[in-house]
Amino acid sequence: MSVGLEHYLVLSAVLFAIGLYGALSKRNTIAILLCIEIMLNAVNIALVAFSRYVAPEMLTGHVFAIFIMAVAAAEAAVGLAIIMAIYRRKGTVDPTDIDSMKR
Amino acid sequence: MNLDLLAPEISLAATAVAVILLDLFAQRKGLLAIVSVIGLAVSAGFTIAMYGDPSRTIFNNTLAVDNFALFFKLLFLGIAALVILSSVDYVSKFTRFRGEYHALLVLSALGMMLMATATELITIYVSLELASISLYVLAGFLKDPKSSESSMKYLLLGATASAVLLYGMALVFGTTGTTQLGEIAQQVQTLGVQGVIDNPALILGIVLLIAGFGFKIAAVPFQMWVPDVYEGAPTPITAYLSVGSKAAGFAVILRIFSTAFGLPNWLSLDWGIVFAVLAAIGMTVGNVSALPQTNIKRMFGYSSIAQAGYLMVGLAAMGVASVGETIGQSTILFFLLSYAVANLGAFIAIIAITNKIDSDLIQDFSGMFKRSPLLALALTVCLVSLIGMPPAAGFMAKFYIFSGAVQNELLWLVIIAVLNSVISAFYYLRVVKVMWLGEPASAEKVPSSGALRVALTLTSLGVLALFIFADPIIKAAESAAKMFGS
Repeated sequence: MSVGLEHYLVLSAVLFAIGLYGALSKRNTIAILLCIEIMLNAVNIALVAFSRYVAPEMLTGHVFAIFIMAVAAAEAAVGLAIIMAIYRRKGTVDPTDIDSMKR
Repeated sequence: MNLDLLAPEISLAATAVAVILLDLFAQRKGLLAIVSVIGLAVSAGFTIAMYGDPSRTIFNNTLAVDNFALFFKLLFLGIAALVILSSVDYVSKFTRFRGEYHALLVLSALGMMLMATATELITIYVSLELASISLYVLAGFLKDPKSSESSMKYLLLGATASAVLLYGMALVFGTTGTTQLGEIAQQVQTLGVQGVIDNPALILGIVLLIAGFGFKIAAVPFQMWVPDVYEGAPTPITAYLSVGSKAAGFAVILRIFSTAFGLPNWLSLDWGIVFAVLAAIGMTVGNVSALPQTNIKRMFGYSSIAQAGYLMVGLAAMGVASVGETIGQSTILFFLLSYAVANLGAFIAIIAITNKIDSDLIQDFSGMFKRSPLLALALTVCLVSLIGMPPAAGFMAKFYIFSGAVQNELLWLVIIAVLNSVISAFYYLRVVKVMWLGEPASAEKVPSSGALRVALTLTSLGVLALFIFADPIIKAAESAAKMFGS
C-alpha cells in the first residue's frame, strides 16, 4: 500500500478535530493557544499535500503554508503577551475563572 | 509593475512607521493624532484620485484596484480618522504607548483596505490577520482586568475562527488547484452542477469559509465573543470594531461569493438560502438579547449582531438574484456606509458622556439632555438612524436593502426583518427616554475636546445628509457594485 493524498488528508482532518476539541475544552489558556497551533498545522499538512498531488507544477500550497507559519508566530506572540497581562492582574489563566463580564 | 496603484496603502504604512518614530522624540503627544489624521487624509486623496478609473490588477492578480475596493478604502479611511479624532480625550488618560495606539489603529485600517483589495486567498488571509492582530492588541490596551479579558477572548476565538477559515481555504485550493478567485470561478464552472455535488470537499470548504468570515462580521452562530469584547475594550476601539471589522468582513465576503462562487446560479442560490436563514436568526437573537441590557456598550454589542443580520439580508438577495444583477451588493454597500456613520456617531457621543460620568450604565445617562443638549441630540439622531426611522440614513438603507430582497422573492425574510426593527426600537428608544425625560444626577456640563466635536458634527450631519442626498450615494454604490454583474 502506498501513501497517497487520502492518507495526508485523513491525518490533517484528525489533527484539526483534535485541535478544535482541545481549543473548546481545555482549562488553561496556554493549552488553548497550543491547540490552535495544532489546527493551523493540520491546515499546513493539507495545503502541502494538495500542492504535491493536485497542483504539483505550482508552489502555491507551500507558499501558503509558509505564510501561515509566519502569521501564526505573530499571533502566538500577541497571545502569550495578553495571557501574561491577564496573569499579572488576576493570578490565573483558567478561562472559567476569567468571567468578570458574564451575566 | 504599477506601484503607484498601491499609493494609498504605501502612504498609510509610512504613516504608521512615522507615528512610531515620532513617538520617540515628540514631547507633545497630541502631535501623534494630528500626524495620523494627515496620513489618513493623504491616503484618501490618492484613493479619490483613482476613483472611476477602469479596474486594474497588480502583483500577478493578487490585488485588484477597482471601484468596489476604492469605495471600501474610503470607508475604512473615514472610519479610522473619526475613531482617532474621537479618541483624543480618551488617550490623554494613557501615560505611555500613545504612539503605538495610533500606529496600530492605522495598521489595522491598512489591513482592512488590503482585505477589500485582495483577490487571492493567501493575500486575503494575510491582510485579515494584519487587521485582526492589531485589533487584538488594541482591545487590551487599558490596564484594567476587563480590557485584558476582552482582548484574550477576542484573540482565542479569533484565532480559532481563522484556523477554521484556513481549513476552508485549503479545501477550496485542493479541489480547484488555485488560490486565485477568478481561476476558482473558472474551475467551479467547468466542474458543473454534477461535478460540485460529487465534490463534498468543495462544499465543506465553502461552508468553512462562511463560518470563518461569519465570525468577523458577528453573524449568528459565531457571535458569542461580541458582547464581552465590546464591553471590555476601550470605547473608541469598540466603535472601530463594530464598524471597521464588520465592513471589512463584508468586503471580503462580497468579493469571494460574487466572483468565485457566484457563477453557477444554483450554487449561489444554495449559499444565498444559508445566508437568509442565518440573517433571520441573527436579527432575532441580537435584538431580543439587547432588550434586558443595562450596559450601553454591551447593548451595542447585541445591536451590532442584529445589524449584521440586516446586512445579511443583502447577502441572501445577492445569492438568489439572477446572473448579472447586483442589487444585493449595492444595497450592502449603502447599508454599511449608513451603519458606519450612525454607529460611529452614537459611539462618539457615548465616549464623551462616559468619559465624564465614568460609567457605562444606561441609567447613568439620565437627564443628559439638560446637562449637554447637543450631545444628547446627536446621540438621539444616531439612535433614530439605527432603528431605521426617517429622517435618518438608516431609513433609506433599510428601505433599500429590504426592497432588494423583496424583488428577489425573499418576502418572508423582510417580514421578519421589519418585525425585528420594531423590537429594536424598544431598546434604542429606552436610551433616548432616559436622556430626555430622566432627572440629571448633577448639573455639571459634559466637556469635550474640539476634535471630538468635529467628529460628532461630521457624523450627525452625515446621518441626515445620507437621508436627504441618498440618491447620488446610492448611484455611487451601484457603480461600485456593477463590476460583479459582468
